[in-house]
Amino acid sequence: MITTYLFYFLSFLAIMFALMVVISKNPVHSVLYLVLTFFTIAGHYVLLNAQFLAVVHIIVYAGAIMVLFLFVIMLMNLNKETEPHKTPWLKFSAAIAAGLMLIVLVGSLKGAETIIATNPFNGNIGLIENLGQCLFKDFLLPFEVSSILLLVAMVGAVMLGKKSIK
Amino acid sequence: MINLVWLVPLLPLIGFVIIGLFGKQLSKGLVGIIGSGSVFGAFAIALGIFFELTGKVEKSFTIDLFNWISAGKLSIPFSFLIDPLSSLFLLIVTGIGFLIHVYSVGYMSHDEGFARFFAYLNLFIFFMLLLVLGSNYLIMFVGWEGVGLCSYLLIGFWFKNTAYNNAAKKAFIMNRIGDLGFLLGIILIFVTFGSIGYHDVFMQAKNLASGNPTLTAITLLLFVGAIGKSAQIPLFTWLPDAMAGPTPVSALIHAATMVTAGIYMIARSNILFTLSPFTMEVVAIIGVCTALFAATIGLAQNDIKKVLAYSTVSQLGFMFLALGVGAYTGAVFHVMTHAFFKALLFLGAGSVIHAMSGEQDIRRMGGLKKHIPVTHATFLIGTLAIAGCFPFSGFFSKDEILAGAFEHNKLFYALGILAALMTTFYMFRLYFLTFRKSFRGTHEQEHHLHESPKSMTIPLIILAALSIVGGFVGIPAALGGTHFLEEFLSPVFEDSSFRIVHHLSHNTEYALMIAATIVMIIGIYIAYNMYIVKETLPAEESEELQPLHNMIYKKYWVDELYENLITKPLNFISDALHKVVDNQLVDGIVNGVGSLVNRTSSVIRLAQTGNIGLYIFVMVISIVLILLTRIM
Amino acid sequence: MSAIQIIPINWYLLLSTVLFTIGVLGVLFRRNAIIIFMSIELMLNAINLLLVAFSSYLSDSKGQVFVFFIMAVAAAEVAVGLAILMMVYRNTKSTDINILNKLKW
Repeated sequence: MITTYLFYFLSFLAIMFALMVVISKNPVHSVLYLVLTFFTIAGHYVLLNAQFLAVVHIIVYAGAIMVLFLFVIMLMNLNKETEPHKTPWLKFSAAIAAGLMLIVLVGSLKGAETIIATNPFNGNIGLIENLGQCLFKDFLLPFEVSSILLLVAMVGAVMLGKKSIK
Repeated sequence: MINLVWLVPLLPLIGFVIIGLFGKQLSKGLVGIIGSGSVFGAFAIALGIFFELTGKVEKSFTIDLFNWISAGKLSIPFSFLIDPLSSLFLLIVTGIGFLIHVYSVGYMSHDEGFARFFAYLNLFIFFMLLLVLGSNYLIMFVGWEGVGLCSYLLIGFWFKNTAYNNAAKKAFIMNRIGDLGFLLGIILIFVTFGSIGYHDVFMQAKNLASGNPTLTAITLLLFVGAIGKSAQIPLFTWLPDAMAGPTPVSALIHAATMVTAGIYMIARSNILFTLSPFTMEVVAIIGVCTALFAATIGLAQNDIKKVLAYSTVSQLGFMFLALGVGAYTGAVFHVMTHAFFKALLFLGAGSVIHAMSGEQDIRRMGGLKKHIPVTHATFLIGTLAIAGCFPFSGFFSKDEILAGAFEHNKLFYALGILAALMTTFYMFRLYFLTFRKSFRGTHEQEHHLHESPKSMTIPLIILAALSIVGGFVGIPAALGGTHFLEEFLSPVFEDSSFRIVHHLSHNTEYALMIAATIVMIIGIYIAYNMYIVKETLPAEESEELQPLHNMIYKKYWVDELYENLITKPLNFISDALHKVVDNQLVDGIVNGVGSLVNRTSSVIRLAQTGNIGLYIFVMVISIVLILLTRIM
Repeated sequence: MSAIQIIPINWYLLLSTVLFTIGVLGVLFRRNAIIIFMSIELMLNAINLLLVAFSSYLSDSKGQVFVFFIMAVAAAEVAVGLAILMMVYRNTKSTDINILNKLKW
């Protein structure tokens, strides 16, 4: 029973914080709300027995990526409300479009629940041991390739971030 | 020796490559040696093949060189066929070709295009040998086209002269008409027999009934090709114009070898023609008409080479007459003797022109006998040979043709003998006007008159000798001979010969020979009477001519007729098509499409606002639409 | 004891759809490039959540491994994207995406 309530609670928080990300006028607030959203999602991961992933999620997203965002915002000095807003008509149409998207997505995802799990339930798949087995056996090549991706991204970021060489 | 046959066409080809690539660097003497030497090598091998073949019982050899084309069920080997017919043509082509090469060394010695000339000449020999040697119709066609190309190149050899270029184009285009017929004929042969190798085709054709409509169509198409290449009515007008080329070219290509390719082709396909009586009749009619028609034009021409050109057309008509009446041996025999004496006459004419410093009008000549004795003697022999005087070579071959015609249809015979009469007349007219009486040219020309160099006179003498003795290979049985040529060629024509039976009695043959001789004497007498006794001269350009005389002098206005009937309407149509269809319709569509795209895009590009928000918005809407189709 | 044994997969589907749509809404709604960036992160996380949910539901750890890769790609993307934004800001003194409208005729 507690699990159910926890689910509802975390879901409510996640949706609310996510909305606040979009709505809040100060970018710094947006970042902080996003961090909160990530924490609630990490909570969902724990509920789903993906303990390791939950930890990684918090470290990577909340710890690294969002700090990066904060840095950038502060570097740009965007913490006050400087953003010009869209016209109300555009905002309205954006909301309509997003609503349509939601409806259509829900409609198109209907029927996913009929997928029947073939494997017997196993609560240990989220453990680091199982994940490691899978990652380094079945996904070894993508794993190595992703390291190149990260390297490239690092070089690219340094390249772009530098003051242009004259 | 037979196994070396691949060397025969290869040698001239090598000569062509060497002279063509390095001609500018080589000295004229070396070019002449390479050019003539390569042909002489080919001639030596051809001679060896000929003698080896006479000694053998088996008369037909196919030498496979390599697999040339194979696609689907079509498989064409590149192979040569050695049999009496091709070995005889080999000898004619390489032998006459060699003599004319030697002659050209002297004749062209002052020309700046010396090396180019020899390169073309060697290329021509190569293609002609390919035509003759090929063991299927496709190789023959390659050679056929190749000699056409060389003919074009050599007619327009002095390409700085527009008239010569036009003559070359005319020859090429007229040949193309014939070539199309030939090509269609080959395709029809392939469709009908599933092969284009001579052996397969003739084996199958033998079993067909006489008068088979497909066979008639094939032979008619092949004959169209022969008409174009061998200058028969209605495609003969290119040959007189082809005299624009250097005289050795006229002798080699437009008298002795290339124009006889049509006769070779029909003789080669004799079984097909024998089984198509209708085509045979057409061939004979066109042949005899051409013989007569060209002979009448020859009566009034004043250009020494034009006379010989019309004479060639006329003689080719005789050969087709022979083919049409089934006297295949006679046709091939006449090809051979004609090659001798017509090459001789052309080379003699070249020698005369050389002596006259380029003058070709017989009205400006006369009395050349004492100035250029060797040329005169050999030219007289050639004239007697073409007139058919006993025992010169022309007598035997022409007699055989006329005998064949007499047997087949008396009308053909009458027309043929009429043409022979005219031939004798205009040849002696030419001879008398050129060599007898007194010189009519300018003093300067008379002062310049000289006998040609050795390299030119020696080929003349050899050809003269051949013109005298060339007929002895075909002495008819009526004169106590064995007719070596008929026996030699019999394996080629054996399928046809038992279908066409010759049954003239010896007495008839004697009568025909006597008639031919009488006709010849009449011709000589008329010419003698007119040009020696009465000393009439052909009218100058300015003079009014009798209507009939004018008509043949103007060559029956055939060129003008073609001009008005074919060229002008075609030009008009193509001009109209160009202006209306091409410029307006086709160009309009092309330009219209272009400007439509231009205009549309100049409107549509405005949608690219550069506003990223809008792009995302459109993207989301599109995703919605895509997913909607998934739900629906 | 896992939530997936009690809570139907439908709910997770709905939750991640809603989160995803909020991400889309953010992209459409705002003009600040950084907020748009964060909305994209939100969308990625919605997908991650769904992957983990299915992984649990089907007892297959491959889904969770996939999340790792998405995280790697997201990290790379953020690094490069923010660098680009810095460049843009340095040149235009603004993060308004409407300034980046040079991609037109």
